[in-house]
Amino acid sequence: MNLPVIIKFVIDLLAVLLLALGIKGLSKVKSARDANRLAAFAMSLSVVGLLSYYLGTSGIAIQSWIWIIIGSIIGSFFGAILAKKVPMTSMPETVALFNGCGGMSSLLVALGVAIFPISNSVENLNFFKSLINEVSISVSIFVGAITFTGSIVAMAKLQGWLSTPGWTQSKVRHFVNIVFAVASLIAFFDLINGNTSSIWLLVIVSSLLGIGVTLPIGGADMPVVISLLNSYSGIAAAAAGFVVDSQLLIVAGAMVGAAGLILTQVMCKGMNRSLVSVLFGGSLSAQGTASSGSGEYTNITSCSVEECALTLEAANKVIIVPGYGLAVAQAQHTLREVTKKLEQNGIEVVYAIHPVAGRMPGHMNVLLAEADVPYEQLKEMDVVNPDFPATDVVLVLGANDVVNPQAKNDSSSPLYGMPVLDVQEARTVFVIKRGMSAGYSGIKNDLFDLPNTSMVFGDAKKVLNDLIGELKDLGVGEK
Amino acid sequence: MSFISLLWVLLLGSLLGLELIGKVPPTLHTPLMSGANAISGITMLAALTLIVKAEGNVPLLIIGSVSLGFALFNVVGGFFVTDRMLAMFSRKPSNKK
Repeated sequence: MNLPVIIKFVIDLLAVLLLALGIKGLSKVKSARDANRLAAFAMSLSVVGLLSYYLGTSGIAIQSWIWIIIGSIIGSFFGAILAKKVPMTSMPETVALFNGCGGMSSLLVALGVAIFPISNSVENLNFFKSLINEVSISVSIFVGAITFTGSIVAMAKLQGWLSTPGWTQSKVRHFVNIVFAVASLIAFFDLINGNTSSIWLLVIVSSLLGIGVTLPIGGADMPVVISLLNSYSGIAAAAAGFVVDSQLLIVAGAMVGAAGLILTQVMCKGMNRSLVSVLFGGSLSAQGTASSGSGEYTNITSCSVEECALTLEAANKVIIVPGYGLAVAQAQHTLREVTKKLEQNGIEVVYAIHPVAGRMPGHMNVLLAEADVPYEQLKEMDVVNPDFPATDVVLVLGANDVVNPQAKNDSSSPLYGMPVLDVQEARTVFVIKRGMSAGYSGIKNDLFDLPNTSMVFGDAKKVLNDLIGELKDLGVGEK
Repeated sequence: MSFISLLWVLLLGSLLGLELIGKVPPTLHTPLMSGANAISGITMLAALTLIVKAEGNVPLLIIGSVSLGFALFNVVGGFFVTDRMLAMFSRKPSNKK
């Protein structure tokens, strides 16, 4: 053991410790921000550790420095720009994009090592060692490619650039994906047998597999898929760690992979979906239309913004149920104006956050925090559900499936069993909505038919602006 | 490092990951996902290794550099975007004054 080896060992150990503390801290509100910085620091530390190790041993050629600098500057620049500019509403897509690029990186490392074997590791390869090398290269390529194409498809679908093609909802897709999977396996074993040219086959079919698996998944399930792909990119990193013989990479990759799996599981629970049905069940709407197509709305009450304002003025307790529609309309700031007025009038205002409100768990919290809503006013579903019977007015803004009583009452409904907010228990429910179109799941919402529900049709932002005007006319919030 | 000990590293790393995330409030799911995602960009170390060991092999240098770029895009973007999200939570107390 010489000095550079010892230094690198110590730095790596420290980096792993800090990364673990970072992930741990990210799961608590108080410590989350510092934890994120700690993790970022640990990452920089690991780079310093690696570079100083090579400086102290083999040295780093000028040419290598040049390529390191080019790659770092370009990658960091675009990453930072995107992170600064992207609106909070597009967070899920952004995470998907970043994630895909991580997968791409692992894929490229493995490809590079496979095509141009690193000289000093080839010298003393025995059969066993080279087999491990081939296996880890193949795994890295396979998982990396799936992560990359899967994430890109997920991003494109969330952005609305890609719709769900009809054939992907039929049984055909299972056949197609099985063909891709079998082809990947063949390429995998061919590669391990020493046939290096099959590496391209592996790249192509595993990329196609990533597309084929992600494409049929409906928008509502996308967050789960992104979380799962996030876990994959950790696995891809760990596989790349085997390729270049780095314990640090293996530990960090394994940690992210395992943590991602847990998070995926937590999300599935929130949506009452099993991972298997998310991955192989296709989009929920495809199953839903058949069973609920018969349900026509029979008892819709619509009302004006003025009536809504009058009812709000007379209320003591108001619960707001925000959904993704609110975010799309960028109306969270306008909503905050409305609730400020109500609070100034002594009305108690609470926001009921369904675990999967928005497009990702926690997404709605981020959006409302952006609009300066006090953290204490955001109530989780289990906490707020008992409060509905004592509530005068519920405002549903751009949420749909998460307030569908079918999930509790109708065992034939595809939503049955999903935890929902019991808004129908409140005295009056206003649903602000553009029209009668169905939510993500494509299922009829029984709530709209109930006698205590009134629809206020219109764009969320416009309705809220009108509401501010009406409340002003009523003298609400002006003391 | 022998293969077996690397496997131990993999196993213990996975167990650590499973342990670390027990109870996470739903509020933090998105930031946690994006933070963990940034950490998975640790493959930048593999890309760096590739570049350092390329020994003047230009195609390999280019592959390594592109790989490094992708990884850093993930790392830098991921940490920044997570910080942006979390900043919104921690800003609250000072605002109320």
